[in-house]
Amino acid sequence: MPARPPTRTSISPQMTFDQIKDQATSEWEALQQKPHILVGTATCGRAAGALDVLSTFEAEIRRQNIDAPVVPVGCMGLCYAEPLVVIIKPDNFSVCYGNTTSESVRRLVEGYVVGDDPCFELALGTLEVADENAPSIPELPRFEHELRHILRHCGYINPESINHYIRRGGYSSLIKALGTPQQEIIAEIKASGLRGRGGAGFPTGTKWGLCHNASGQPKYIVCNADEGDPGAFMDRAILESDPHSVIEGMIIAGYTMGTPHGYIYVRDEYPLAVKRFKIALQQARTKGLLGNNLLGSDFSFHIEVAEGAGAFVCGEASALMYSIEGKRGMPRVRPPHSVESGLWGKPTLLNNVKTFASVPMILDRGAEWYASIGTEGSKGTAVFALAGKVAHTGLVEVPMGTTLRDLIFQVGGGVPKNKKIKGVQIGGPSGGCLPESLLDTPVDFDSLTKVGSLMGSGGMIVLDEDNCMVDAARYFLDFVQKESCGKCTMCRLGTKQLLDILVDITTGKGKIEDMDLLVELAEDIKEGSLCGLGHSAPNPVLTTVRYFRDEYEAHILEKRCPALVCKELIAYYIVPEKCDRGCEHCVLTCPTEAIKSDEKRIKIIDQTKCVKCGNCQMVCPPEYDAVIRVSPPSAIPQKN
Amino acid sequence: MKHTSSKKSTERLSHILSHHKPERVELIPILQEVEEEFGYLPREAMLEAANFTQIPASDVFGIATFYNRFRFTPLGKHPVKACMGTACHMVGGALVLDALERELGVKVGDITHDGEFSLDRVACIGCCFLAPVVVIGEDIHPRVTPFKVEEILAGLKERDAGKTAHKD
Repeated sequence: MPARPPTRTSISPQMTFDQIKDQATSEWEALQQKPHILVGTATCGRAAGALDVLSTFEAEIRRQNIDAPVVPVGCMGLCYAEPLVVIIKPDNFSVCYGNTTSESVRRLVEGYVVGDDPCFELALGTLEVADENAPSIPELPRFEHELRHILRHCGYINPESINHYIRRGGYSSLIKALGTPQQEIIAEIKASGLRGRGGAGFPTGTKWGLCHNASGQPKYIVCNADEGDPGAFMDRAILESDPHSVIEGMIIAGYTMGTPHGYIYVRDEYPLAVKRFKIALQQARTKGLLGNNLLGSDFSFHIEVAEGAGAFVCGEASALMYSIEGKRGMPRVRPPHSVESGLWGKPTLLNNVKTFASVPMILDRGAEWYASIGTEGSKGTAVFALAGKVAHTGLVEVPMGTTLRDLIFQVGGGVPKNKKIKGVQIGGPSGGCLPESLLDTPVDFDSLTKVGSLMGSGGMIVLDEDNCMVDAARYFLDFVQKESCGKCTMCRLGTKQLLDILVDITTGKGKIEDMDLLVELAEDIKEGSLCGLGHSAPNPVLTTVRYFRDEYEAHILEKRCPALVCKELIAYYIVPEKCDRGCEHCVLTCPTEAIKSDEKRIKIIDQTKCVKCGNCQMVCPPEYDAVIRVSPPSAIPQKN
Repeated sequence: MKHTSSKKSTERLSHILSHHKPERVELIPILQEVEEEFGYLPREAMLEAANFTQIPASDVFGIATFYNRFRFTPLGKHPVKACMGTACHMVGGALVLDALERELGVKVGDITHDGEFSLDRVACIGCCFLAPVVVIGEDIHPRVTPFKVEEILAGLKERDAGKTAHKD
C-alpha cells in the first residue's frame, strides 16, 4: 500500500518552516555582527588539543571582557594543521590559523580579536580571496582540485546548533520534498546519477525505486554509519560536523518510502559522533522537523540510534540489520535483497552516511546540476580520508574523475621528507594497493575496479619507499582474518591460510610455489564467500602480487625485505666509521641492553639480544646517522 | 567509565535493566551499558541479562563474544589501547605494540598482575594524522615510538606513586 502524500492543513509546512528560518537567520546574523571565533572540535581537533585551545580562548575573552563568542565547529578537513581556528570579523578578513596552541591563542586575541593585526605569520590564509598581500585558503593549490559539496558545511557551522544548518539552507529540501509526489523524488535521484557512497556504488535512485515498489509494511530506512575500514574517517567527520544533512536525507527517504521508521547504525568507537547526532535529533524534534506530524503535515518520521559493538562485517547490509535486531552480525544469502526483505524481514532502504548527506543538495540544486559534476558513469564528488605518507593528512573532496596523482600531490601536498612514493592503498582491507605507475587512474567507481582496487568507503593510504608491500598485504589479511564472521568456510579458513602463507613469506620461510597458491586460494575465497567481506578480502593480496611481484620474490628467493621492514629479514647495524665514540644515545635507549662499546668505544649491536625495535636508529643524532638496517641479516659486514 | 563505583554490583546491574524492555533488540544495548559500568562483562551480568530478556545464556554469550567491544576480564586502572589502523601500521605501529608488550610484560588482551595496566589493540580510532597512536584512558598519545612508550609508562607510574605518597 503506497503511503498517501501529506495533506495540507491550514498552516502549511512551508509557513511553519518560514518562521523557523527567520529565527535561524536572526540568530546567525546576530553572530555575524560580532567578531567570533570558530574552533574545530571534531575528534581530529580534540586529539591535537582543540579543547585546550577552546578553553584558552574563552578564558582570555572573559578576562578581557570582550563580546566575541567562541563557537565549536566540526572538521574543516585540514587535519594535519589541527587545532584549527578561524577568526571572523564583521568588517575585516576571516582568517584561518593552524597548529594553534595556548600561546598563539593569546597572541590572536590580543592581535586580531581586539586589535586589527590579522597575524598573518600564524595564518594558513584568509577564507576569501581578500587581499593580494595575504595568503588565502581558496588560492592554495589544493582548492584548484577540491570541490566541497558533501563536506560543504563541515567546519563552518556549529554542529550542535540546528539554526546554523537551517541558515545555510538546511531543511529547505525537506520542505520541497513534502510537497512533491514520491515518484518524482525517485526520478530526480535517478536522474542525478548518484551512486551509493558506501563503496559498492549501486545506483541510489534504482535502490529507492525498488524499495518504494516492494510490498510489505512497515518499511525501514537505515543509515549505515558503521565505518569499519581502518584509516577511514569521512563518515565520522560528517556526523561530528554536519549531522543535520544526514538527518534531512533520511527524513526525505522516509517520506519517499512512506514510512515513519528510521535507524542509524553508528560505529561504537565514535562516541562524539553519537553524541552530536543525538543532540541534532533532539533539536530537529524540538523544531518539529522530526517526530509525529512533521511541521503540521500528516507525515511522521522517527530516527533511532543503534550503536555498533565493534564488528567489521556489520558494515555489510544484512549483517548490520541482524545486529540491530540483537543478533550476531552474520550476513545471509542474497537474494532476497534488503530492499525486499531487510530489517525484521521488511523492505529496508539502507544507504551510507554520504549518500544520505547528498540527497538534500540534489533536491535543492537539481539533478541536472549534480549530474554535471564527475564522469560519465560516476557523478558527483568523492570524499577521501587521506592518510599515511602524505603531507596534508585529512579529508578531501574532489569531483569524480580526478586522478590519483592530482589527489595525492596537488591536494595532499605529496610525500614528505623527499621520499619516493611507492603506491596507494584505497578502500581499506577490501581494496587494493596500486603502484606509482597507475597514479594517473581517475578516481571513479569503474576505473578503480578495472585496476583491481575499488572505491570503497573512501580510505586512502599513501605508501612510500619505506613501506613493504608484502607486509601491507599481511597486515590487511590479519585484519580480515580476525573480522571474518566465520559463516563461510572459504572466508573463515581461506583467509587464515592466506595469512599463514604471507607470514611465512615475511619471515623468510616462503617458497616460490606459494605465489601461485596465493592467487589460486584468493580466487577461491572470492568465489566461495557470501558477502562483500569475503569477496574483497583477497584484493590486497591479488593487487600486491600483481603490481609488486618483485618484492614477493625478494622475500622468497633472497630472504630479503627491500623496504627493510619485515623484522625477521632485517638487522640493525652500527657503521663503525660513522659512530661518534663519545655519544651513548643508542646504548641508553636500547631496551634489551644489546649495545656495547668495544675497546675503541665504537658501539656494536649484539644480534642475539636485539629485538629490532629501532630505538637506536631513531635516537642516533642525524649528524652521525650511524645506525642502518640491512637485509638479509647476513649482509652485516663481518669483522675480520 | 564508572567501573570504580562503590555501589553493590547487583544494584548497579538492576539499575541498568530497569530502563530496558525485556526484548532481544535491547540485548546489545544492555551489554554495552554493563560494559560501560563495569569495564567488562562479568559472567553473572550476562546470566542476568539472559534471564531478563528470556534469551538462552549460550546465545547471550555467543553474541557477546562475536563483537569486539566486549571483554570478559576487568580493565586495568590504566587501560592501554594501541591503534593498529592502517596508517599506524605503516609508520611503525607494530613496533609500538611490541614495546608495550615488552615494557608491561603482558600480551594483548591481558592485564598486569597488579591490575594497573590492561593492554588491547584497536582497529582504528581515526586519528590517522597523529599516527602511530596509543590511547591510555581518555588520553591520546600521538606519534609514539618504542622509546616514547617507556617514557609514557614511566610518567604514569611516577604520577601514581606521587599520589600514593601524598595520601600517606
